[in-house]
Amino acid sequence: MARITASVYTSHVPAIGAALDLGKSHEPYWQPLFAGYDFSKQWMKDNKPDVIFLVYNDHATAFSLDMIPTFAIGTADSYQPADEGWGPRPVPVVKGHSALASHIAQSVIQQDFDLTIVNKMDVDHGLTVPLSLMCGQPEAWPCPVIPFAVNVVQYPVPSGRRCFMLGQAIRRAVESYDEDINVHIWGTGGMSHQLQGPRAGLINAEWDNKFLDRLIADPDGLSKVPHIDYVREAGSEGIELVMWLIARGAMADVAGGKPPKVAHRFFHVPASNTAVGHLILENQ
Amino acid sequence: MSLDKPYKDVPGTTIFDAEQSRLGYHLNQFCMSLMKAANRERFKANERAYLDEWPMTEEQKLAVLARDLNRCIALGGNIYFLAKIGATDGRSFQQMAGSMTGMTEEEYRDMMIKGGRSVEGNRRVGEDGSAQAHRQPQGAAGKKDI
Repeated sequence: MARITASVYTSHVPAIGAALDLGKSHEPYWQPLFAGYDFSKQWMKDNKPDVIFLVYNDHATAFSLDMIPTFAIGTADSYQPADEGWGPRPVPVVKGHSALASHIAQSVIQQDFDLTIVNKMDVDHGLTVPLSLMCGQPEAWPCPVIPFAVNVVQYPVPSGRRCFMLGQAIRRAVESYDEDINVHIWGTGGMSHQLQGPRAGLINAEWDNKFLDRLIADPDGLSKVPHIDYVREAGSEGIELVMWLIARGAMADVAGGKPPKVAHRFFHVPASNTAVGHLILENQ
Repeated sequence: MSLDKPYKDVPGTTIFDAEQSRLGYHLNQFCMSLMKAANRERFKANERAYLDEWPMTEEQKLAVLARDLNRCIALGGNIYFLAKIGATDGRSFQQMAGSMTGMTEEEYRDMMIKGGRSVEGNRRVGEDGSAQAHRQPQGAAGKKDI
């Protein structure tokens, strides 16, 4: 059967993609950030998955205000990097895994999560920047990716609790897939940041680090934190962190297994307007 | 029955909820149209004429023409949509975010490098942090206009 062996968590700031694409990653401003992912790039080579289930959010790219799905799973064979207004990022096409994605969609909907199924969409920096951080600048991404888009743009966004329970449903869905494949689940976005109004530029490193502590050791308790705490403490766009709880909910300990091993932890301020957090957790 | 909106007392912050989205639908969809290169060209050639093709309010059009992002947000705009105007103008997210604080680009960048804006005093309306209404505008860029 298919199994989830690890989860990865990372921020996805667009300026990180621009810094890489424009060859600025060795500049003093960016060097400490990219150094935090040196371990991760090697880890990806040593622990290559067969499929990445990538939880991210679209930033008014594939989804305008015409349609706002709360949870959308990509079941296509491939996804083009989007033109977000600055031109498309010069990164490889994202290959999908339609067989596993369709299987997960069917299973998760039968577990009472009403997913939107997407057979055609472009993917923006929310999806491609985490791939770049973890894989560098390859000719092709190392494996197929299942994009899973969460609405965190228009309130109300799904609660942390709902996301955590969805992750558990995704784990069950993956484990009911017959083929013996190794799946990673990634939760992306965050950490503290606010991009709007006189409070723009808010960073709360203390809150972010407590979030990382609890994500590792007390995800069930963390999932009960209400939206307003994210907004007040981590900024209006810090709400993206609820997506990390989907990946965390899919780990084995939540279903009674052993606690995960913390393979890597990193935190850095700033990348443009944002605090960058990063974790790799391995199922034992 | 009223809806529970506990985020209304966060200073210097407008949460893009269903109500704001309803007000800003045409404004945000105008922004969305700028993802096409041909539309960016037409907008740049005659901004007013391009805006007049959209059923936006006059206030929204004037806010776009003035690139007053705080005003755009008050009128229902969302930053991820408004960012398409920034992209058309060749401005980064950091330049756009900074423009809403009254700081110069350099002041805002320096604040971020020093660890960003503190949450202290900025959790609730009525405290004394840098994002509170009585502390606006912040920095030299805002003060020049007074």
